[in-house]
Amino acid sequence: MKFLVNPSKFNKIADYVFKPLLILSIILFALGLLFSFYLSPDDYQQGSTVRIMYVHVPSAWLALLTYAIMTLYSIAGLAFRIPFGFIINTAVAPIGAVFTLICIISGSLWGKPMWGTWWVWDARLTSVAILFIIYLIIIFMNLSFENRIVREKVVAIFVLVGSINLPIVKFSVDWWNTLHQPATISKLSKPSIDPSMMIPLIIMTFAFIMVGLAIAILRIKIEIISRKSNLI
Amino acid sequence: MSLRFQRLLLILLTLVIILSAVLLILYNTRENVSYFYTPSEIDKLDIVINETIRIGGFVENDSFNKISSNSFKFKITDEKASILVTFNGILPDLFREGQGAVIEGAFVNKDIFNATNVFAKHDENYMPASIKEDLKNTGYWNKKYK
Repeated sequence: MKFLVNPSKFNKIADYVFKPLLILSIILFALGLLFSFYLSPDDYQQGSTVRIMYVHVPSAWLALLTYAIMTLYSIAGLAFRIPFGFIINTAVAPIGAVFTLICIISGSLWGKPMWGTWWVWDARLTSVAILFIIYLIIIFMNLSFENRIVREKVVAIFVLVGSINLPIVKFSVDWWNTLHQPATISKLSKPSIDPSMMIPLIIMTFAFIMVGLAIAILRIKIEIISRKSNLI
Repeated sequence: MSLRFQRLLLILLTLVIILSAVLLILYNTRENVSYFYTPSEIDKLDIVINETIRIGGFVENDSFNKISSNSFKFKITDEKASILVTFNGILPDLFREGQGAVIEGAFVNKDIFNATNVFAKHDENYMPASIKEDLKNTGYWNKKYK
């Protein structure tokens, strides 16, 4: 598991898995879209609009997952002085921001016909908007500072402070009255979603993970190279 | 205790302290953070006439009345209390009796709530349309699904 913290070992593994990842993500996306559009049924209440969920939910999960990974690497970077932790922060923040944006836009498109509004300031939507702003701040912080050593530490500390938003996003629908519905899929109980709708959701989730990983690998490699050549 | 471990402990401790501070703030302001009040919460509050608030619950069965083509009267309930709502405007597609809804508006007097906006609330259940028919035919249809 050394490749998770060691840049040169990471590069080796990355070269092996990059092409298979791309092929796998193309297959999964083709399959996932086929299921989402043609092989899954209409919802008893939402009709065809339910298909927005197959993009909305995976991007929301990945937005949170990306931030959780950045949090872990920030702790590793600060506590154990592992430079790779800071490399991850710089590389994956834009990926998380894009997933958050996809989640917000697809959610709005679903909200208009279902709720009757594009946007409301309830706890779930607001906390996700804050998550997006936090991602943007991290991206801009990565572009600012003159001194790389200082920048890395400040960004990592900011990532840790921002991680407090994660449980708030996750549990906002349980803690407060929100317009957004509570979680459909949780480990403790049987999901309140039919298997025929669960299949496209799972395929699309894995497709999003594969694409996210592939872009992350590219960005991490660029980051490693530019550090080696002291470009930043 | 090694230096690395001390740093780790310091970071985790800081995170826990900040998190509990934020959660305490959010817990004590939960009435403002919540997007709407339920009818039974309204009962406990002092009603201020003409102050804009949001109420949420289910549209009570057999309470929906169409007064004219775009003016409606219905009751919002949480099975403990209910509130009479009047609304002029266009209702969202998902709006129907037994369905969750969030209403924005103000009390015009102690008993009548005049809505300016109506949002339909969707629950966490997803089900193919064909299964609804099956369930109805076999009598397993839960009224709450609606």
